[in-house]
Amino acid sequence: MAASDAPNGDVLIRNAFGSVLAFLILLLIGVLAFSIRLFSVIKYESVIHEFDPYFNYRVTQFLTKNGIYDFWNWFDDRTWYPLGRVIGGTVYPGLTLTAGTLYWFLHSLNIPLSVETVCVFTAPIFSAFASWATFLLTKEVKGVGAGLTAAALLAMVPSYISRSVAGSYDNEAVAIFALIFTFYLYIKTLNTGSLFYATLNSLSYFYMVCSWGGYTFIINLIPMHVLLCIVTGRYSSRLYIAYAPLVVLGTLLAALVPVVGFNAVMTSEHFASFLVFIIIHVVALVYYIKGILSPKMFKVALALVVSIGLAVCCAMVAVIIALVASSPTKGWSGRSLSLLDPTYASKYIPIIASVSEHQPPTWPSYFMDINVLAFLIPAGIIACFSPLSDASLFAVLYIVLSVYFSGVMVRLMLVLAPAACILSGIALSQAFDVFTRSIKFQLPSLSDHSHIDARDASSENIVPDDTIKTDKSEDTPKERMTKRSKKKEKEPVEKPPTKFQIKKRLSVLPFEASIIAVILLVLLVAFYVVHCVWAAAEAYSAPSIVLTSHSNDGLHVFDDFREAYAWLSHNTDVDDKVASWWDYGYQTTAMANRTVIVDNNTWNNTHIATVGTAMSSPEKAAWEIFHSLDVKYVLVVFGGLVGYPSDDINKFLWMVRIGGGVFPHIKEPDYLRDGQYRIDSMATPTMLNCLMYKLSYYRFVETDGKAFDRVRRTEIGKKYFKLTHFEEVFTTHHWMVRIYKLKPPKNRIRGKNKKSKSKTSSTTTSKRKGTRRNPF
Amino acid sequence: MLRFALTLLLFTLAFGVLSSSPVFSDLILAKVDRRIDLTSQIVRITTSLKVENAGSNPISEILLSFPENQAKHLAYLTATLNEGKGKGKASSGAGLPTEVVIPKDVPDSLTFYSVSLHKGLGKGESLLLDVLAVFTHALEPFPEKISQADIQLLLFQDTAHFLSPYKVMVQSVAVKLPEARVESYTKLEGTKLSGSELKYSPFHNIPPFSYLPIIIHFENNQPFAVAEELVREIEISHWGNVQVTEHYNLFHGGAKNKGEFSRLDYQARPYVRGASAFRRLVARLPPRAHSVYYRDEIGNISTSSLWGDSKKVDVLQLSYFCSTELEIEPRYPLFGGWRTAFTIGYGLPLRDFLFESDGKRFLNFSFGSPINELVIDTLIVKVVLPEGSKDISASVPFPVKQWQETKFSHLDLVGRPVVVLEKNNVVPEHNEHFQVYYKFNSLSMLREPLMLIFGFFFLFVACIVYMHADLSISKSSASYLAKVQWEEVQATVQQIHNIISHCLTAHDKLEASLRDLSRTGDVQACKATRKSVDSLLKGVSKDLKPLVTFLQSSPQAAHILPKVEELIAKERDLQERLMAKHTTVVDCYEKKLGGREIENRIASNQQKITSLRQEVDDLMEFIDEI
Repeated sequence: MAASDAPNGDVLIRNAFGSVLAFLILLLIGVLAFSIRLFSVIKYESVIHEFDPYFNYRVTQFLTKNGIYDFWNWFDDRTWYPLGRVIGGTVYPGLTLTAGTLYWFLHSLNIPLSVETVCVFTAPIFSAFASWATFLLTKEVKGVGAGLTAAALLAMVPSYISRSVAGSYDNEAVAIFALIFTFYLYIKTLNTGSLFYATLNSLSYFYMVCSWGGYTFIINLIPMHVLLCIVTGRYSSRLYIAYAPLVVLGTLLAALVPVVGFNAVMTSEHFASFLVFIIIHVVALVYYIKGILSPKMFKVALALVVSIGLAVCCAMVAVIIALVASSPTKGWSGRSLSLLDPTYASKYIPIIASVSEHQPPTWPSYFMDINVLAFLIPAGIIACFSPLSDASLFAVLYIVLSVYFSGVMVRLMLVLAPAACILSGIALSQAFDVFTRSIKFQLPSLSDHSHIDARDASSENIVPDDTIKTDKSEDTPKERMTKRSKKKEKEPVEKPPTKFQIKKRLSVLPFEASIIAVILLVLLVAFYVVHCVWAAAEAYSAPSIVLTSHSNDGLHVFDDFREAYAWLSHNTDVDDKVASWWDYGYQTTAMANRTVIVDNNTWNNTHIATVGTAMSSPEKAAWEIFHSLDVKYVLVVFGGLVGYPSDDINKFLWMVRIGGGVFPHIKEPDYLRDGQYRIDSMATPTMLNCLMYKLSYYRFVETDGKAFDRVRRTEIGKKYFKLTHFEEVFTTHHWMVRIYKLKPPKNRIRGKNKKSKSKTSSTTTSKRKGTRRNPF
Repeated sequence: MLRFALTLLLFTLAFGVLSSSPVFSDLILAKVDRRIDLTSQIVRITTSLKVENAGSNPISEILLSFPENQAKHLAYLTATLNEGKGKGKASSGAGLPTEVVIPKDVPDSLTFYSVSLHKGLGKGESLLLDVLAVFTHALEPFPEKISQADIQLLLFQDTAHFLSPYKVMVQSVAVKLPEARVESYTKLEGTKLSGSELKYSPFHNIPPFSYLPIIIHFENNQPFAVAEELVREIEISHWGNVQVTEHYNLFHGGAKNKGEFSRLDYQARPYVRGASAFRRLVARLPPRAHSVYYRDEIGNISTSSLWGDSKKVDVLQLSYFCSTELEIEPRYPLFGGWRTAFTIGYGLPLRDFLFESDGKRFLNFSFGSPINELVIDTLIVKVVLPEGSKDISASVPFPVKQWQETKFSHLDLVGRPVVVLEKNNVVPEHNEHFQVYYKFNSLSMLREPLMLIFGFFFLFVACIVYMHADLSISKSSASYLAKVQWEEVQATVQQIHNIISHCLTAHDKLEASLRDLSRTGDVQACKATRKSVDSLLKGVSKDLKPLVTFLQSSPQAAHILPKVEELIAKERDLQERLMAKHTTVVDCYEKKLGGREIENRIASNQQKITSLRQEVDDLMEFIDEI
């Protein structure tokens, strides 16, 4: 090696400069990814966002306070009262453990950051990691130039920003990194055939399983790719090494995660991987036999094996079908089923359909979330086909599948985003490659230079292979060139050597056209950057627990949620139970530290339906339901005064639907007038008498005399009424949260109890009566 | 109420017995003026005493007595000697030392404080003494629970006669009430209520230990902000900042709210419906306070405003008057019994608070909370000194519990010493300065930056070492050697590949020159190009030789060698043919032959060239993929 280096000292420096430049660019991309997500901290504050992150935050607090073993055994009695929830066994622990590790690490260095701070900044840190992982993955597919472009695109893709702004402490924040990194290691193994990477791949897959339920995407996508490779005759030992260890080790590791457990082998989401596992072994066997037999013998053997194999397969398939059919949901969980059949959820599971992020996306949301990438993807796909390799085949498959899935559920736009970035990165980098080459080839003054440069550049090839020992053909220096040519267009650009040069020279574009195209591309990318910054700053940074509005007299802050939670946490008894719609369950437990009946985990439909029923029942019935649940306070969110649209009245139909799904005496038509949901004077009496209506609009008329609801833009139907079983104990400054207390049960009027012989017996009978009347 | 009456009864009984006991000392209080200030939740009783020594012995201490129900609420007591004739302000600066004493022959229900005089009071001499006693929680809300719309009524009980072990000649009482509205008060002879001031006319010749209970039931809607616990952490950084963090645990100590709270009523008429609630607190922060924050455990509280008066500071240079005013609003208005917790923090310039004397540094900082009229049940002040401070001592003007802790913060190794001071029942009168003395070497400031610098330095060094060191486990194993050899082969092949591609570019140059020729007809330039290319190619072929010999010698290259050799051969062929073509064309031009003729002459060559070029390209691609 030294011998080969010696004559190329100058080249070595140049090459070192190149890799340092690439390193710097990567570093800057990381900084960009981190800092673009800080808008929420700068515009608002360093606070946990939305709903689920509050749960994760609470779990992290528990973890850092009590340690890992208590965490696994944690039975949470603050939620799902009176059932409770086994947190350790029902959460994906990846995110929590990551933040916990970060916290412990910092504290071992005596850096006293609070758990909250660590949680807030976990997502931005991991998005920087994710963009580096994207670089690695794309580098494996199409080289360094495409890698850097893709990493830069991913660092600011709005779809990903929406889930990873500072404070959005959710599973997706680390899961996207894990997803991309797993794919990278898979491709790396595929390109190198190294068992080392295969093992790393399973570990990375394990991390992904820990982090997010979306790991099923990996365990389905990779088998599909393997299958595609086999079908298109691309089977190789590298493919085998990339796949088989992943299935074996990955499944074993996945089964270690409590929330997955035996699901890793029992549910049908994982069956594809096992099927392909069998197939790849059969194919491996066939290739082996083909190698040791003469072609004639091979044909005979093939016929034999195929017939036996078919029989075995049929038997296996029959067994699997029998197994799957014996499980109640046919082995598919509701969310996965709604992936395959987009209408499934809205038809059968209102609780899944009621979540906005489970709805299919609209076209504008594509433009909003991936912007110009949507137009670059087709070009990227074309670029992947010239020439097609195992890795680029994977990229194509990834984009195709993720486009499909994102079409089913808005949430899965997140999976689409990395794929879109990778392919757009490839497209952009290839396009710049072509244009800059044509420009340079036609720049007469530079032609002499470029020839000399070409010599240097092409002799550069040696060094990356020296330093990065195992790097192989896939990342020969041509990509390095493209990156440089892109980043430093003004410099005399080196000529991409060898075959490309030779082939592409035939397809040189006109000089002016290339220049214009480059300018247009730069403009396109600039537009993308502007859009991303706008999206990060304006669209996705609101923490949703603090709302702001701009009016003539400056900024208005609506901090009602925290006002209410703070009130609950300081002014109620620590064991009081608070009932609210499940959206606010996580926040109530985390911020107010009070026991809730239902929360965002939605694992028990009946329980949620009970709360839904109570909310849609008249006051007395509702009081009885709540009383039987030991509830002391009822919390409702009301936006009518200030015009906050996502309040409980707007969610009310879902409560009716979910409640009615379990307790048939709640019927949706009772709440609708001619199929229309309304709360004005045309509303049905059932609607006007239900608890939700009353709690929301109690004494609302006295604010302006007309009771004009600013969300529904109408005057309410029933303005003056009194509460008989509830009393208002707290209403926040803008009336957004109203908390009511259940009045204590009244002493029985003596006349009513005449029949019963003693007081004690009367109370017991009345209790029994009460419970009987309850719907469960 | 009943309990209250009972205690009164007990008192009167006790004093009835006492009054017959011998006179405590020869002192006589010639004139006593009591002013009771009930305008806030803190009861301040200012008593000016004119003390005369009627006995023969000089007396150096004066006893002050408080009944038990007051003594347990007593937060602050100071006695100052009033020497001037002028009222109030002439009192001589420092207070006299006071301490609890338990004299003989007195009932347990009385607590005595003795004020020691600097010089004894001789026979027949007299002096003026101003006593300020501050009580917390001395006002009892009655009724104890009110609804949102009710006003808050308070009961205050005291004695009309000055409770003293000495005989009192003349005594008067004036009670200052916050508002004119008084529900009821004990009427004695000559009681006058004018506006918000209640006056009991002078009493004469009161025997020692006489107790005449009075009860005042009045309206008071002042904020009853009581901090159950306040932890103030004062962290000194010698880089120029004092960071103060105050954790409040606050509640409304007045009449409890009866449950229902209607925001509507509160918003519509906040001063009628919700008169007893308070929604804002005002904190006077020291001047030049910066980076002020106000938050609780669930995030920032957005309702606060800050008025700094930095301009005034420059003009007046009087730091006392130029404090920064911070108005904070808890998340929700506090009604009686409601609680809240929050944290405020601010930074202060170090030079205002840290001084040096006798080789020791000392921090001079105010003890109490900056919030106005706040009662603090338990105040814990923690002074975090920089890591490496020694010889720590604290001096506080009143008795406090004191101990030391260690706190680990940014990159500490041994931790920072923390001086903890704890005091119960703190009122604004305790906002006096206290000092913490310590020794600190300025060089220690550089420790943490240096630690960081060296940490990163060693990290980079480690990276460099790692990148340059060969960490293979076994250097003699067959597979390692094979790998190394294979890498060498690869490198060599790559070099060959490069060289050939250079050749190919050279060929292109030749072709280009031919094209130029056909355009310009410049034969000389064309020849020059050929010459340069020729020499270049010759040099290149020299370069190739050692590489090929290396490949031949290497066993690893066995399977590539034929291809490489083929490539080189083909390339040479191509090169020769190109040269031939070039010469032919140039010759033709020199001979000025027609284009058709030229084409005919080179046609056969041209075909070969194209096919060779194709083959070479294929081979190049093959080699490239190794």
